[in-house]
Amino acid sequence: MSWITKTLTSSIGRKIIMSVTGLFLCTFLVVHLIGNLQLFKHDQGAAFNTYSHFMGTNPVIRTIEWGLVLGFGFHIFEAWALTRRNKAARSQGYAQWHAEKNSEWTSRNMGILGTIILIFLLVHLYNFFWRARFGGLPKVGGANPEVRDLDNLYLAVVDSFHVWWYVLLYVLAQISLGYHLWHGFRSGFQTLGLNHRKYTPLIKYVGYVFAVVVSAGFASMPLYFFLFTNAQGELAANAPSLLHTVASAF
Amino acid sequence: MLLDSKIPEGPLAEKWEKHKFNVKLVNPANKRKYDIIVVGTGLAGASAAASLAELGYNVKAFTYHDSPRRAHSIAAQGGINAAKNYQNDGDSVFRLFYDTIKGGDYRAREANVYRLAQVSVNIIDQCVAQGVPFAREYGGLLANRSFGGAQVSRTFYARGQTGQQLLLGAYSALSRQIAYGKVKMYTRSEMLDVVVIDGQARGIVTRNLITGEIETHAAHAVVLATGGYGNVFYLSTNAKYCNVTAAWRAHKKGAYFANPCFTQIHPTCIPVSGDYQSKLTLMSESLRNDGRVWVPKTVEMAERVRQGQIKPQDIAEDDRDYFLERKYPAFGNLVPRDVASRNAKLMCDEGRGVGSTGLAVYLDFSEIIKRTGAEAVSQKYGNLFAMYEKITDEDPYKQPMRIYPAVHYTMGGLWVDYNLQTTVPGLYATGECNFSDHGANRLGASALMQGLADGYFVIPYTIGDYLASTPPKPVSTDHPAFAESKAYVQARTERLLSINGTRTPDQFHKALGHIMWEYCGMARNAEGLRHAKAEIQKLRSEFWSDVKIVGSGEEMNQALEKAGRVADFLELGELMVDDALNRNESCGGHFREEYQTPEGEALRNDDEYAYVAAWEYQGENQPEKLNKEELTFENVKLTQRSYK
Amino acid sequence: MNLTLNVWRQPNRQAQGKMVEYHVKDISPDMSFLEMLDVLNEDLLHAGQDPVAFDHDCREGICGSCDLFINGRSHGPEKGTTTCQLHMRKFSDGDTITIEPWRANAFPVNKDLSVDRSAFDRIIQAGGYVSVNTGGAPDGNEIPIPKEIADRAFEAATCISCGACVAACKNASAMLFVSAKVSQLALLPQGQPERKSRVENMIAQMDKEGFGACSNIGSCAAECPVGISLENIAILNREFLAAKATSNNLA
Repeated sequence: MSWITKTLTSSIGRKIIMSVTGLFLCTFLVVHLIGNLQLFKHDQGAAFNTYSHFMGTNPVIRTIEWGLVLGFGFHIFEAWALTRRNKAARSQGYAQWHAEKNSEWTSRNMGILGTIILIFLLVHLYNFFWRARFGGLPKVGGANPEVRDLDNLYLAVVDSFHVWWYVLLYVLAQISLGYHLWHGFRSGFQTLGLNHRKYTPLIKYVGYVFAVVVSAGFASMPLYFFLFTNAQGELAANAPSLLHTVASAF
Repeated sequence: MLLDSKIPEGPLAEKWEKHKFNVKLVNPANKRKYDIIVVGTGLAGASAAASLAELGYNVKAFTYHDSPRRAHSIAAQGGINAAKNYQNDGDSVFRLFYDTIKGGDYRAREANVYRLAQVSVNIIDQCVAQGVPFAREYGGLLANRSFGGAQVSRTFYARGQTGQQLLLGAYSALSRQIAYGKVKMYTRSEMLDVVVIDGQARGIVTRNLITGEIETHAAHAVVLATGGYGNVFYLSTNAKYCNVTAAWRAHKKGAYFANPCFTQIHPTCIPVSGDYQSKLTLMSESLRNDGRVWVPKTVEMAERVRQGQIKPQDIAEDDRDYFLERKYPAFGNLVPRDVASRNAKLMCDEGRGVGSTGLAVYLDFSEIIKRTGAEAVSQKYGNLFAMYEKITDEDPYKQPMRIYPAVHYTMGGLWVDYNLQTTVPGLYATGECNFSDHGANRLGASALMQGLADGYFVIPYTIGDYLASTPPKPVSTDHPAFAESKAYVQARTERLLSINGTRTPDQFHKALGHIMWEYCGMARNAEGLRHAKAEIQKLRSEFWSDVKIVGSGEEMNQALEKAGRVADFLELGELMVDDALNRNESCGGHFREEYQTPEGEALRNDDEYAYVAAWEYQGENQPEKLNKEELTFENVKLTQRSYK
Repeated sequence: MNLTLNVWRQPNRQAQGKMVEYHVKDISPDMSFLEMLDVLNEDLLHAGQDPVAFDHDCREGICGSCDLFINGRSHGPEKGTTTCQLHMRKFSDGDTITIEPWRANAFPVNKDLSVDRSAFDRIIQAGGYVSVNTGGAPDGNEIPIPKEIADRAFEAATCISCGACVAACKNASAMLFVSAKVSQLALLPQGQPERKSRVENMIAQMDKEGFGACSNIGSCAAECPVGISLENIAILNREFLAAKATSNNLA
């Protein structure tokens, strides 16, 4: 083995890969969340479909997409490799184990949280990404020349967000993601050695805010459509008046 | 045998330099042909093993711990002395020498102590280079503090754990040599005999404490760095495993045992709280800087305190007796350890002791807390107060601490000459294991200094002198002497296991400790000592007919280990009593009630007892033979200590 | 106090072990935890049974020998305390106390509650030292070290190698132990010449011993009896990354 593979397969090396890919995926979450906010625009999905068309066809995005695949791939693979190693480090367990007295639940259960997110991710990819990329979506149609030839991903989203089990899965996954980030964000910095008495407390709190905002942001979408809109994604008449006020502002 | 201390000729200050030139050297290419066994890996052992390996010798190091880093050197709190004079307060090698000789009540060898003071400065340099994190001033230079028995600040420290940091330094040097393959480390191996061939130490017999296997190891020389024997008292500040076994087996193979009765009783320990007590905990001597020691003025008042009818903080100022301040107005609470200890015992003997057992005096911080505030006191002593509270469940900020003296260190040990060689050629003793440099009383922060001086800077030179005159041909364990030693050890183990009596090793140990503490502790007298001798003999014969151990010798068996150590303590205890009985004077830690000044202070007899009592083993249950090494003082004047 | 004890008994390294129930009576609240075990062992010995083997020595919290996993936690319930300094007043009459050895494959059980922690020694042997021979050292004051640096190095150096960090870690990781030594020497000027090789070799040995990886859970620091901080692990990660990226070591 060369020094590079040795480094990257050492326990710290694997952790560094986890950390780098994890923080990279955090940036993806930001972009994805901001993009998805187009769903809330009160325009029958025109903005969202334009956005998804851009994401699906722009060569720069398509290139970065491979980075994303690698990011997920390595993050998942290293998590598996580390878990295997860690399990092997203690084959005989304790009769009594009170880790809750010395650490947070989320820190100890990153694997479970990550697995829930992975299951969601597969469903999510099949449901939207696969259909958007490899066909199966109807065209938007209608009179607007700017959008009528685009795939109507918006409608597929709205459809899905009216299926109760899908919404439930989505929300559960976002809660998992929130917990995953709650630990993962600061942990990523710690693993890279970015620890300083002045800044570490800040990183920790930024991480908490990040976890809550990102997971709540994503979860708000299915909940919004499931609870307050009709099959076309239009705000239902009986939705809270506040939403009507906000919607009319756009 | 004539005791030759091999002190070099010439002026005191030049002896060591000259000696280093005169000792024979081993050719560098030949060093790897010599094997050296080092038993014990505390400060003295680890430093010796590492330094000898660095020189090129093949070293085998042994410890009964699971790691060489756990020896009891680790528990030393206060610091390490060195005559650096970094503080510009008039320190010098001669002053450290003088303070140590005087502190030892003129019962140490001048030449050894002077050498100790000389190499003390090198120890600090060596430890700093190893990365020992000594306390520092803001400017980045080393900090010092003052300590008992000295008027200069020469104590280097690493907060309250100087011992651990110094030991980790020596351990790291040792670890490096283990990694190089120059030291072969044997952990969880207890030395149970020295093998002597043609009058020379040639190896050891050990028991593997995990498998129980009895092993033999050969070498050209053996260094014992196995610590002190304070645990003969059962309760002491020593670690639980500390024992005399290695030194005692060496003694039985011909090494003289010097001044066994010289034990140091430390005045500020947390008192015994019940029969179950397994160990005593030291509270740093520094507490006496600000704490005031007192007991109730009357026996009646003390009785009420013991019954819990009145709390100490509610006792009026007029009803308290600050006995140290009363008796020693000049030094007050800062009298030396032996004086403070003896007076605490005196108060308790009068019936004025406190605590539920009546065996404690108060160390009161209320005045300083009132004067400077609890915050300032916490800055200074916070960790000690917290430790006290953890153990006693009493808050020393609110009520006075209870303290009582406890056995802490043994100045006696294997007799060694200037080269640290025992009376068995090829067998060396370093650190607390030898009788060495502290005379009848050791000053604070000097134990670490001596252990490291012996290991880093003395033995690496002096052992070469012996090896150079020994042919470098390999020593083999095939020699019948090894088989004989091994058979002896096995037979002893089997004998212990076969008794199957009714009392546990701990019960015997406690009984022995009680005898020693009562009659050979802080104050001794001829009648008590004679009584103790008979009691110990009785206890020893009971031990060999009534001790109970279960299991076998072919497994990890902690009760068996314990029994072997107690058996040796039972023999040593009698020798301590003999030594105390022989020394018809009071000096340092040895206080014979018959020999005191009208004011109750220790009364030395320099005309008759300015000698080292080196005891020679004569066989099972035979009285030991006394050999004397006269001490001559050419550079200091013998005076009576006074702290009034 | 009367107590029920559930104690791990295992005759030797190869044998299977099991939990065995014992009862101890008239335990004083002023006893230390180990003194309570002394009582149990005396009882067992009198009854002709094999006493429980456990590691201990100084009984004042500094030698790092004692290593009991008490009621699901390293060194029991009290924060910043080794087993030997844990007192029975922290328990109540009638309690059932579960006592197990440190569990990690790198720490095989010798017997009962005694484990083999020589893996720690081998990690130190891989580089946890400054290579200076006796005798060649310059004057102690020749290298000034800022007090703040000296203090931080000291805080890392207070590790007593008890192994509570490994025992408490879900992954049985030794990162806190290794980081304490690495950061102590990385902070000090004396440690600079071997700074890169030290961290590379110590981590290689740590991995070889079969400890798990760190996942920044923080159980180790929370259970550490001497308060070694997680900051040291970050320093270790940084040292490792920097060493691997810049050292000339191609192996």
